[in-house]
Amino acid sequence: MRRFAHLLDRLLVTPSRNGKLALLSEYFRTAPDPDRGYGLAALAGTLTLKSVKPALIRELVAERMDPILFQWSYDYVGDLAETVSLVWKPEGEPGDPGLGETIEAMNALGRTEVRGFVRAMLDRLETSPRFAFIKLVTGGLRIGVSGRLARQALADAFGRGVDDLEAVWHGVSPPYGDLFAWLEGRTAELTIESPAVFRSPMLATPVGEGDLEKLDPADFAAEWKWDGIRIQLVKSGATCRLYSRSGDDISAAFPEVLADDTFEGVIDGELLIGGTARSNAATRTFSDLQQRLNRKTVTRKLIDEFPAFIRAYDLLDEGGVDRRDLPFGERRQRLEDVVSRLPHDRFDLSPLVSFTGWDELDRLRSTPPDPVIEGVMMKRWDSPYQAGRAKGPWFKWKRNPYNVDAVLLYAQRGHGKRSGYYSDFTFGLWRDGEAGPELVPVGKAYFGFTDAELEVLDRFVRENTVERFGPVRSVRAEPGFGFVVELAFEGIQRSTRHRSGVALRFPRIARLRADKLPADADRLAVLEAMLPP
Amino acid sequence: MPIFGGMKPEALLHPTPAGLYCPPGDFYIDPVRPVARALITHGHSDHARPGHGKVMATRRTLEIMKIRMGEGFCGASEAIGFGETRDIDGVNVTFHPAGHVLGSAQIAVEKDGLRIVVSGDYKRGLDATAEPFEPVPCDVFITEATFGLPVFNHPDPRTEIGKVLESLAVFPERTHLIGAYSLGKAQRVIRLLRDAGYGPPIYLHGSMERLCAWYEAEGVALGDLRPATVEKGAAVDFRGAIVIAPPSALQDRWTRRFNDPLPAYASGWMTVRNRARQMGAELPLVISDHCDWGELTGTIRELQPQEVWVTHGREEALVRWCSLAGIAAKPLHLVGYEEEGE
Repeated sequence: MRRFAHLLDRLLVTPSRNGKLALLSEYFRTAPDPDRGYGLAALAGTLTLKSVKPALIRELVAERMDPILFQWSYDYVGDLAETVSLVWKPEGEPGDPGLGETIEAMNALGRTEVRGFVRAMLDRLETSPRFAFIKLVTGGLRIGVSGRLARQALADAFGRGVDDLEAVWHGVSPPYGDLFAWLEGRTAELTIESPAVFRSPMLATPVGEGDLEKLDPADFAAEWKWDGIRIQLVKSGATCRLYSRSGDDISAAFPEVLADDTFEGVIDGELLIGGTARSNAATRTFSDLQQRLNRKTVTRKLIDEFPAFIRAYDLLDEGGVDRRDLPFGERRQRLEDVVSRLPHDRFDLSPLVSFTGWDELDRLRSTPPDPVIEGVMMKRWDSPYQAGRAKGPWFKWKRNPYNVDAVLLYAQRGHGKRSGYYSDFTFGLWRDGEAGPELVPVGKAYFGFTDAELEVLDRFVRENTVERFGPVRSVRAEPGFGFVVELAFEGIQRSTRHRSGVALRFPRIARLRADKLPADADRLAVLEAMLPP
Repeated sequence: MPIFGGMKPEALLHPTPAGLYCPPGDFYIDPVRPVARALITHGHSDHARPGHGKVMATRRTLEIMKIRMGEGFCGASEAIGFGETRDIDGVNVTFHPAGHVLGSAQIAVEKDGLRIVVSGDYKRGLDATAEPFEPVPCDVFITEATFGLPVFNHPDPRTEIGKVLESLAVFPERTHLIGAYSLGKAQRVIRLLRDAGYGPPIYLHGSMERLCAWYEAEGVALGDLRPATVEKGAAVDFRGAIVIAPPSALQDRWTRRFNDPLPAYASGWMTVRNRARQMGAELPLVISDHCDWGELTGTIRELQPQEVWVTHGREEALVRWCSLAGIAAKPLHLVGYEEEGE
């Protein structure tokens, strides 16, 4: 438990992705079996563990200490697991039970045995493992590690490609003894329990400067780039799974698209909300889709209000036969045939966009027929389906981003290489307040600038700080003095969490506008006019 | 109500806006404003301030004050050794080691059979860079309460320093930048690294070079120390090195010279994860110059004073603990002590 607890402690305070990868890889390489397998499961969200209510933990600590001293401690620390791990006065011999041993023992308990077992564990463990244990059993392990990041670290740890790992990941289960044996080369073959595995998706590269001159429009099919989430539907016998682009199993949240039981194979597509083209109802926006994302389960009511469907892009497997080596054109024909037989209200085809030249496609891209389109995709007719982002076979050509001129309001120090710089910025636009024009925050941006531009921004923040709140500084922002930047963003939606009432998607700094004064910056009304109806 | 000998303890020592004052001896202990006569427990700047008339302290504390504030930090100074007693207008004062930083003292103030011990800042834990704390029996014990909550249980500092060496193995390219206060904490961290077998040079922020040299001159071996400065044009970025700097420098432009610095802080506050995150510590090291909860309550149990007065820190929890343990206690509400050493 000590090893795993130490890993959690480091992950909790390590903001950078590379730092997290290094810590995770080190753990997967060096922790013993089956602990590392259970640790992987806990991080990747695949662990099954008998859970305990926080109330039980409170009752146990009340047996040991003055309730007022506990309350003051809790008020100071602010987290139950952490407070209890710190104030607990262990009785008996301390030890270091393994993570695997602990989880297996916990899962074998009868209902009446849980309280005694948890108390004994709190006594046996040291402070940091006690924290990890309470987090695990109360289900509150939130440490900023996604399943994808954990798998990337696992692949890194043993010098494998993450695609190799993805190909087998959904066929293995905790504590992953066979997986580690395979990764370490102790066994040559890994027997997959279930064939409904995720295939690494094929990705497109953005159209760059001068790319199109070299390409013949006749070699390419075009289709709309829909603003939902990319998914993969895998059906094999009785097993049916829906995966996100990163390979996370999201089946439980979207039962309505898994209901069909006639199809066998793998479809690549976009998950969207609303009606299919074939049911003649509108496709709804990304903000409607967000109502359904990041949920473990879903209610009937939510399905009725925000029905999901799949807009199919590609066919990777048909009836157990791998089709990825076929050219796109041929896969597309087979896909049309497959989709025609799938339920009309849950599946449709992503329509092809006919065009004769790049100029025409550019016009179509800029004025798409549906607000849920964010550009066009271009796919070579002869391209096989290959995992990853190779440049050449597939391109994405997005609608131009939106732009506003906004005023720098707050800055926060960055992390890692940027820890000495103010590199996370909050920007605002003008609106009419009760006491006249005021700046209201509309979004944060922490990239899009060069190192030299960062020096300029950092110097402005340091020399024009008005107030400090912990790591955050507010800077001078008056009509005649301040810092203006051009913010670029991909979309906009209503938000009740932001004071401005709007939230920007994917905002970044496009240009520093040292030539402009805050008085020249845009008004909030400019953003409000861009909102979807 | 406890019964004392000749006088009420409040008549011997009581808080004033300038600090803890002894009327019969006409002196202050660790005053926060300039006074005619001051007794100083230790060299941290919230306890040892410039501008007093006469100052009495241990030789080491006086030297620290001189290094930090210059020759003219007071009108006249008088050094006193541990275990020595001086009579100040009929009040006997004796200095005893406090274990906080090198030279730090508790001050026993005694008159007409009543003894009050002002502990200053103190700790009971292992530390090769400070004279170990000596328990002094007393009627009234005045204790700090910097970490006066049951959540503070400082781990063995050797375990904490082990985390630095483990981290260097996982991140061999990154400069490990340890924020540690210049007086006491920095030297303790260096010594712990040396005792853990770390031999390579350790690089120092300019502000701590003189104090480290002084510790060495006082017999605390710190190994190979070098300035963390960059010659103009030199391509040194302290890859994989350990650099010690005051905590404030970790958020400064100064850190830009290092290769992808990994910020570590050595402080008792690092116990709480959120606090570590707010500070931007990627490697929190729970190493404290103050007592943790167990040491505070253990010291009170050991001394069995008739009364406990609690000064700076989290007074209310320690007072609560005393009342549950049947020991008379009250908070003193002294102001001006910012826990600088942490």
